[in-house]
Parts: sequence; structure tokens; C-alpha cells
Amino acid sequence: MKIGVFICHCGENIGRTVDCPRVAKACEWLPGVEVSIDYKYMCSDPGQNMIKKEIIDKKLDAIVVGSCSPHMHEKTFRKAAVAAGINPFLVEITNLREHCSWVHDDIEAATEKAIEMVRMSVEKVKRDQPLTTIEVPVTKRTLVIGGGIAGIQAALDVANAGYEVVLVEKEPSIGGHMSQLSETFPTLDCSQCILTPRMVEVYQHPKIKLMTFSEVEKVDGFIGNFTVTIRNKARHIDEDKCTGCGLCITKCPIRKKAYNSFEENLAHRPAVYVPFPQAVPNIPVIDETVCTHYKNGKCGICVTVCGREAINFDQQDKLVTEEVGAIIMATGYKLYNIDKKPDDSIYKGYGEYGYGKYKDVVDGLQFERIASASGPTEGEFKRPSDGKEPKKIVFIQCVGSRDESKGFSYCSKICCMYTAKHAMLYKHKVHDGEAYVFYMDIRSGGKMYDEFVRRAIEEDGVKYIRGRVSKITEEDGKYIVKGEDTLAGMPITIEADMVVLATAMIAQPDASTLAQTVGIPYDKHGFFNEAHPKLRPIESTTGGVFLAGACQSPKDIPESVAMASAAAAKAMVLFGSDKLEREPVVAKVSADLCAGCFLCKKVCPYGAVEVREVKTRDGVVIKEIAYVNEGLCQGCGTCTASCPSKSVELAGFNNEEIFAQIAAL
Amino acid sequence: MEAILKVGYFPGCSQTGTAREYDISLRKVVENLGASFDEVKDWSCCGATSAHVTNHKLASALAMRNVMLAEQQGLDDMVAPCAACYNRLVSSQYEMKKHPEVKQEVESVLETKFQKDIKVMNLIELFMKIGLEKITENRKEELKSLNVACYYGCLLVRPAEITKFDDAEQPTSMEKLVELTGAKTVDWNSKVECCGAAHSIARRDIVVELSKKIIDDAKRHGANVMVVACPMCHTNLDMRQTIMKRVFPEYKEFPVLYLTELLGLALGMDEKELGIDLHTVKFNYNELAAEKATV
Repeated sequence: MKIGVFICHCGENIGRTVDCPRVAKACEWLPGVEVSIDYKYMCSDPGQNMIKKEIIDKKLDAIVVGSCSPHMHEKTFRKAAVAAGINPFLVEITNLREHCSWVHDDIEAATEKAIEMVRMSVEKVKRDQPLTTIEVPVTKRTLVIGGGIAGIQAALDVANAGYEVVLVEKEPSIGGHMSQLSETFPTLDCSQCILTPRMVEVYQHPKIKLMTFSEVEKVDGFIGNFTVTIRNKARHIDEDKCTGCGLCITKCPIRKKAYNSFEENLAHRPAVYVPFPQAVPNIPVIDETVCTHYKNGKCGICVTVCGREAINFDQQDKLVTEEVGAIIMATGYKLYNIDKKPDDSIYKGYGEYGYGKYKDVVDGLQFERIASASGPTEGEFKRPSDGKEPKKIVFIQCVGSRDESKGFSYCSKICCMYTAKHAMLYKHKVHDGEAYVFYMDIRSGGKMYDEFVRRAIEEDGVKYIRGRVSKITEEDGKYIVKGEDTLAGMPITIEADMVVLATAMIAQPDASTLAQTVGIPYDKHGFFNEAHPKLRPIESTTGGVFLAGACQSPKDIPESVAMASAAAAKAMVLFGSDKLEREPVVAKVSADLCAGCFLCKKVCPYGAVEVREVKTRDGVVIKEIAYVNEGLCQGCGTCTASCPSKSVELAGFNNEEIFAQIAAL
Repeated sequence: MEAILKVGYFPGCSQTGTAREYDISLRKVVENLGASFDEVKDWSCCGATSAHVTNHKLASALAMRNVMLAEQQGLDDMVAPCAACYNRLVSSQYEMKKHPEVKQEVESVLETKFQKDIKVMNLIELFMKIGLEKITENRKEELKSLNVACYYGCLLVRPAEITKFDDAEQPTSMEKLVELTGAKTVDWNSKVECCGAAHSIARRDIVVELSKKIIDDAKRHGANVMVVACPMCHTNLDMRQTIMKRVFPEYKEFPVLYLTELLGLALGMDEKELGIDLHTVKFNYNELAAEKATV
């Protein structure tokens, strides 16, 4: 057997700490190695051509590439090998970058380690078996999780291309945070006016199955073949019978027991409610926690007034199963609230801003509702405590963002823009009002964005103060805001009528749980991770799962929409062919050796192990053995490790290959 | 019979001088609650202010010398009633834990090896250890006429990651303690504002301005007495009222008590016994109660 070894410098990434020429030279002498060379960029065109040329010239049987992570370029080198006539599974990648050069700084030791690592791969590749890829069918349907603007856009794009979509939203209505906004930057067009037609389009689209008040509970399968279990929570209202007349809502006697979360708790809602008048679908939900019927079985006024007999107190949650080929995550964000955090939280909250005890110290979304024509004040600027028009408002940016000691290290990106918008909207309505903005830096990158901020400052007279606020206290209905003007180098005190905190955008509190359900990675803040920060920003590392909008990191509307369309396009790429190729790295059971203990079935996290009967020619069952469904197997190898008789082997990582690798060390 | 709780005591220099009444009242209250003090023998300066602005090594070593003595004396914990002492001691312990090189240096200076992790308590933590129920059990008088502004100052609860005690911006632990005496507490804005601290000597103007702001805020929120747990704060807030009176003719005196004095009153001791008569601004509970009743 003739083996070729190719050592990549990865520019300086590997070359800086690993002496690549020395590694190549040392590997020349390994048994079986025919050729061993190094090159600055092995993944580049000349690099790949070098590999191809060597395979053909030296009649190589297998190759080892010492380079970056196989996540990055395994495919690239396999393709090159295939072009030169080698089975792609006779290519071994030695991860000299992530596993060696990036984590060490001693050149001598790192070089020695690199040589050892390559030697291990050489021993493995000698025993590798040629494998052929597995073909699997594709279900040309898409699941979109989240019905905010990103989910809506993704669903519409996929559906308009002719593919079916299941759109799942956990709230009773789609629309997300965008439906709460008053006007949008930098054009100041009304958020609802541009959003609600899209919501209706989703509702009426023949290719979209809309499931509101529903949550994804389980995801099985793999790219092209997901089986998703969705919990459709009980609304206690028959969706088929309800016409959305709203009589139950107006007659419900429970008016003040529950806060309206759509109004960011600035108003109350009845026990039976739709989140907002333009909700899609326009079908109410009965809130069990406050409804009198669930307390003592009395009331039932809604039953009496409903002409369609749509109220059903006994309605139960339904579990629905859907088959899809692609999943688009569009679960959005939450705002970091200003309340006191629990003692065990790693976040501290802002005691100096009162932990939410001052009624007129509100967050950005609350201010959106106050500014909104459909909000609790019908667009008039009135402060929550006494309904008076605030004559002086202080806006504080970066509350929680860019603050590792009390909040999050990252920049929430949209606050500079929406604070400018808030101040502008206020100045447009309250001409004699004063607006102050405390900022750290103004980050207004984007088309017409900086112009927008300049307009707030220059045309609308919003006063920008560079500095932080150290304390807010209340005195006789005024809020004493103490801060620092770092440009003037002076402390500053403002007596404000109202304070707006631009709190950080954070991941949904259950984002990490959902990520685990779907099987995608997430960062320490709970934002979903993209496969590559630059070149694969839309894909997750799990095949067939794509990301859209603020679930990946803080984003504004245009970015979320662009990302949603990109995710839709990625799903459609998948649907472009009828069959998908999968890696043949799956487990296989030896029918002769298997004793049928089914330990493998118990440990398999993917439910890929099935029971098969072994029969004689006469049809008599001799024994039951395990069988691995290739479509479901993810090649994790848990079964091979657990099998007492070593009768399950993982293709590409069988015992002989792994032990040879260890023995080479 | 219940064993008497023994607690290590690091008085700090103020307790022997300007804050003598703090020491007197603390010892009496602790004894009354059935606990006793084991004073750290040969204790020295904690290194407050002067040392830690001059030399970090000196500051840590000075503070840790007292921790060392406590360890040698076989104590597991000790209370530092002065907020500044408390802060210096816990900060030095924190520094040692966080930076092994500081630990090494301090140990070499002190010629010792620290074995134990001695828990340094502030005044409030001390009463939590003794047991809050003891206060209710031993209470002789309900101080119903008092509206108390609890003042924490800068050092009792800060820095949060070092003291790991209560909330750094909106603390409430002292209120809980004060309410056990039957007094009411007020929600006010200046609980953790700075009184001017060590500027008391060199820049009295700053101290008077800052301290007056604090007192004014307490008055504005309906308090008739302020309670503190720091000798430095007490000096500024009590003693400097003589200047406030001189500069602002309409200024009305406002009593400032140590937390221990308030507890002492509730436990049935009188003002003289507790050393309250040593304050600049006079305070007599019965007089105040009578005055309040006539209004």
C-alpha cells in the first residue's frame, strides 16, 4: 500500500507553531509512506492539484492530510482524492490546527506532537475500507420555528417557491416583536402597516400550515428526513367554530387580573383574549390561570354569549407529528428585563436604576407601546405612573449590553438606532419636550442609519451625552438621573419625568432547551451557532437546520428579513434534488455474532437500532438480532462501545482502525 | 443550657477612640443576646485608606496580620464592626485567593502559612450568626416611634463580588434587622451614597456637602433617626452637623445612631449605658416618642 502525506501550513496558522517541513520530512520514513510534502495552502487550487498529481504519479492508494479541522476541509480533500481516483474514505485528516498549533506555543513540542498525530493517521488509513455514500430521499417540506418577521419571511419565500411549510409559533398570534413596534428606523414607516399584510398572507397561503400557540417538542431524524412532534396547546376554543367576533372577550368579567404581555405589562387583559386586535389567527385563548371557570367551575359567560358554541373548557393539548426535510430556526429574542435577578443568576441586574421599582423607568419595548398608535395610551406620550405628559425624558443606552460586570459582553446592535428613533418620535409629538440620550458610542452602521441619528441630533434637537448613568432616584415624582458627561469631564444631573432604558437583546430563555431538542449548538448566551461565522452564517452545523434572525445574534428588521430569505434559499437548495447523499459512517451489526441482547438498542440516542428476526428457509425464527437503520444512524459509535460481543462496527471507525491508531502513539 | 456562642472580635482603632460608644454598645448587645467575644489579641491597624492608597503589599499584609492572629488564636470567624476594617479584611482575603503571588508575598512578609479560611463578618452578618430570633426573644421595648433611615455607606456591601453580601445598590438586610426592634424603616435614596469618608479632615467642605445631602434625603423620606454601621460614616454624619448648623442657619439637627445602639434600646438598655450621650447630636428615645405623640 502506498500512502501520501500532505502537511499544510494554513498560512501561518499551523506554520507559526509547527515546523511543517520537518513534519513532512519525518513522515517520509514512516512505513507505507510513499511521499510526504508540505505546502503553504493545501486547500487552495495549486495545493489540491499537487495532491492529485502525486496520487496519479506515485500511484497512491490512500492519503493523509495534516491540516485544519475536518469540519472545515475534509470535503475539499476528499473531492480532490476522488478526482484522482481514490475512494473518498481512504482520506484521513489530521487536525494539526485546532488540536495542535492553536493550542500550543512551544514550537519544538508542537512539532513532535504533530509528527505523532500524523503517524496515528497513517496507521489508520492503512486499515481504512473503501466506502460508498448512502442515498436518502428528501421530504420537500419545511418547518419554520417562530412566527416573527424572520419566520414569516422564510415561510413565505419557501411557500412561494411551491414547497409546503409548517409554521410553528408559541404565542397565540404570529407577528413577534415587530408587531409591537410603533415606527421603524430609518424611514419611520409604521411597523404594523408593513407587517400585518404579511401576516395575513401567511394565514391565507395554501402551502403554509400555520400552527400558533404550539411548541416543538421533539425532533427525530436527519437532513431531508425529520420527524417533528409539535404540541398544539389547548386554547379552550374550537378553532374551526370560532369566527373571531370577540364577544367572549368584551363580555369576560375578569378585566384586571392578568397583565397584557403584548403591551409589555403596561395594561391588563381579560381571561379570554387575543394578544392584539390585528392578531393572526384572530382566535382567542382562554388563560386557565386567571379564568374563574378553572377556579370554581362558575362563570361561563363566554359560553353563553358565544353564538357558535366554540368555547370548550375541556379541550386538551394535541400532539401533532409532521414530516419535514428542512428546519428553519427563527425564534427571535427577548429584552433583558430590569427586574432584580435571582441570587443564583450570573447576571446582576441594575439596582442603581431601581430594579423596576420606578414606574416611569421603562424599557425599550415598553416605550414602543407608549409611542404606538395602538398602544395603551393610543400613541400619546403619557407616563405610566400618573398619565401625565413627560416634559423631559432621559434615554440610557447599553443597559446590559457591553457590560460584562452586570450583563452581557456583546453589543445589542439595534439600540443606538431605536433610541434615536424613540427620541425623535417623542420630539415630533411633544414639541416643548426635552430628550437626553446617554451613550457610550453611537454605532449606526447601515444604509441611511447614521444620517438618521444625525437627524435626531441636528434637526430634532435631541441632546446626546457621552457617558454612563450611575444612579436614578425618585423625588417628588421626578427622576433624578445622575451621570457623567465624559466629553465635558463633568458630572451631570438631570431631573427627568421619565427614563427609558435600552436594555440588551438576549436569547429566548428556552433557546438552549430548544437547541438541544433540535440538535444544534448554541453559544454561552443562548444564541444559536452558525456553521461558519463568515462563509456559512445561515446554516447550523446540523445538516438541514438553518438560522434566521435574532435567534443567532442581535439583529434589526432588514437583517432578519435578509437572513430569513437566505435560509429559505438554503432549504430550497436541499429540495433541488430528489435524493441526498449521506456519509456511510454508520454502524453495522454482524448477524453471525449478535446474540440479541439489545444493549445497543437501549443506548442508541437516535432510535436507529431495530429488532430483526433470523429465519430458516422454512420460515422458522431461530433468533432475534439487532439491525441498524442506516437512515437514522448518525455514526456516534455508542452502540459499538456498548456491545459485549463486539458485533457492531462503525464503518470508517472500526475497532481495528482505532486500535491501530492508538498503538501507533 | 445552651452553650454560649463565642465569636472572634476585631475592634479596629475607631472602636477605642472616636467610636468608643460603638464598642460599648456592641459588647453590651452581644452579651445581652447570649453570645460572647473572643478579642483578637495584639490586633493592629487594618490598613484602611492610608495603606491601600500607598502600597498594596503593605495594605494586604497589615490586614492579613490580623487574620493571622485570629487563626493562631484558634478562631473560625471574627466580626469587624467597622465597615472599612471589614472591607479591608475581606478584600485582602479575596486578593490572596485570587492571586497566588500576593498570597506568597504576604505569607513571606508575615512569616506564616495561612491554613484556614477565616470568615470575616460585618456587623449585620454577626447578628445573623447570633440569630435574629434572639433579638425578638430578648426585646424589652418596641421602638414604635422611630422611622429609621438605614444607611449602609459605600463599604458595607461593596464591591459586590468581594463582600458577596446583600445587594450592592438596593440593600435591605439592615432594614430587616431594624424592623425586629419594632421601629419602622423608610425607603430612601441615599442608602449607599458616599458620606465623604476620609476627607473628613482635609476637605471638610466635601464631607459637609455630601453628608448633608444624605441627611436631607433621610428627612425628606420621613425618617426621624438614621442608623449606621461604620465609625467613619458616623463621624461625618453626626459630628459634622455642627458645621452644617453653622453654615445653614435653618438646618435642623438629626440624630444618627449606631445599629448596636438602636438594638440596645430595644433590648431595654438606656442611652447613657449605650454611650449615646457621647454623640454630637443628642438623642433620647422617650423624649422623641413624647414629642412625636404631641405632634
